Amino acid sequence: MKLIVAIVRPERLAPVLEALFHAEVKGLSVSRVQGHGGETESVQTYRGATVKMELVEKVRLEIGVSEPFVAVTVEAIRAAAATGEVGDGKIFVLPLDAVVRIRTGERDVEAVTPVARP
Amino acid sequence: MDAAALPPVAPAGAADVGWMLVATALVLLMTPGLAFFYGGLVRAKNALNTMMMTLGAFTAGAVAWIAAGYSLAYGEGGAWLGGFAHLGMAGVGLEARGTIPHLLFFAYQTTFAGITVALVSGALVERLRFGPWLAFSALWTLVVYAPVCHWVWGGGWLADLGALDFAGGAVVHVNAGAAAAVAALVVGPRRDWGRQALLPHSVPLVLLGAGLLWFGWFGFNAGSALAANGSATVAFANTLLAPIATLAAWMTLDGLRSGRITAVGAATAVVVGLVAVTPAAGFVSPRAALVLGALAALPSYFALLVRARSRLDDSLDVVAAHGLGGLSGALLTGVLASAAWGGTPGLLEGNPGLVARQAAAVAATAAWSAFGTWGILRLVRSRVPLAVDARLQSRGLDVVLHGEEAYGTGEGAILVFAPPAEPLATAPALAPQRLHA
Repeated sequence: MKLIVAIVRPERLAPVLEALFHAEVKGLSVSRVQGHGGETESVQTYRGATVKMELVEKVRLEIGVSEPFVAVTVEAIRAAAATGEVGDGKIFVLPLDAVVRIRTGERDVEAVTPVARP
Repeated sequence: MDAAALPPVAPAGAADVGWMLVATALVLLMTPGLAFFYGGLVRAKNALNTMMMTLGAFTAGAVAWIAAGYSLAYGEGGAWLGGFAHLGMAGVGLEARGTIPHLLFFAYQTTFAGITVALVSGALVERLRFGPWLAFSALWTLVVYAPVCHWVWGGGWLADLGALDFAGGAVVHVNAGAAAAVAALVVGPRRDWGRQALLPHSVPLVLLGAGLLWFGWFGFNAGSALAANGSATVAFANTLLAPIATLAAWMTLDGLRSGRITAVGAATAVVVGLVAVTPAAGFVSPRAALVLGALAALPSYFALLVRARSRLDDSLDVVAAHGLGGLSGALLTGVLASAAWGGTPGLLEGNPGLVARQAAAVAATAAWSAFGTWGILRLVRSRVPLAVDARLQSRGLDVVLHGEEAYGTGEGAILVFAPPAEPLATAPALAPQRLHA
């Protein structure tokens, strides 16, 4: 099992979610974050004050997956999030010791397997 | 805008001036109202641009109107266009125009010109470049709004024909609606249109905008009597009553169709009701205004549903709300106009010819607006691109076009130029620096 953490552009979130859906990856968390990845800062002006925005709005996805899904998930995110410009983001793959599904107490692979819809 | 043949309720003069001063300020409040209404309906990353399109259109339109538009609309002229006597406010002073000073009449009409072109922006939000929009706003006010204004209110051919338009159902709303349809086609859809759900980012702003529009609309409609008289009273009451009926009808339709009554729907209903009663305001009885408001809900409600599934990216439904609402209102004015309430007899008082004249006025306005809008946009497009590059659209127009954010946190902002201040005791990366050091 791995925890996949991906930082992507907010405007690429919709294509990424679509790609994950097509890859049958279900179950993820999304949060809005601010970060800096070497992209050109945007310059903004408010009355007399001109500022460089060093932090850029990004979206972070966190997905726990079983081994067969790791490569599929990473590639789905990468392909959907890429624009070719600096600032497209990163994908981190982390080891995952244990997963518990709170509702049933299922553990590990069962816990990251999507619930079968009747 | 004919001064109705109703008995005055108070001595004219000072009362008329007082009311029209207030009415002018009320109409001006509709511009920020529209900015909030439109601004709330777009995504957060385009909120400032959308609001600035309203303020920018108001600015460019008003400047063009002051320079030449007013003269072309209200100067002495022929059936098709006014004259050049009042270019740059020449000859606009404290002399009487009706029972109010000419300068006050001019100021009142300026607020109309400014907001009419701003209405069109709803069809073009989230993709249009700002410079071309300012150019369009100025040209449209001169080429489209001023002539149509002259036809109906400046003693032109539609006035001679006997078409009724109390406060601008055709001049303002059909005009803006037709322009919106053509503009959306010429500019093309937003990059994400049809691929993603493009949802309103702030429904409370939409409701705030609708509320300010309703409040300001009392000046728009009741002020169009150009006096503090019975006609203004009829228009005022009808401006209250018609949107109430539209709201009731709209909520009923919403409830029957989906089981839920929506806030965005209610805000839209207010605008549709106001648009529909605009041509009728001082010409129909208060009971007829209720009927008119309720009936006007139907075409606009269903047009919104159809448009959302169509290929036409009239993003904020200017065609359905203003175009169709104006059409419904103009035609129903022909049906419901009453001599006893300040109009000329309509269909229900045995004069079917009025409906035909109303239809002719709407058709002529829509045709000229569509043609003029197409020509202006083609002209501007021959010089500069109209739409923002697709990749930049996805970043949001606030940052790309204006260098500002509507809801920025300010975190990670590094000051690069500001008036002299104490050096900031922060980490080196966050120390002030010159932009072009």
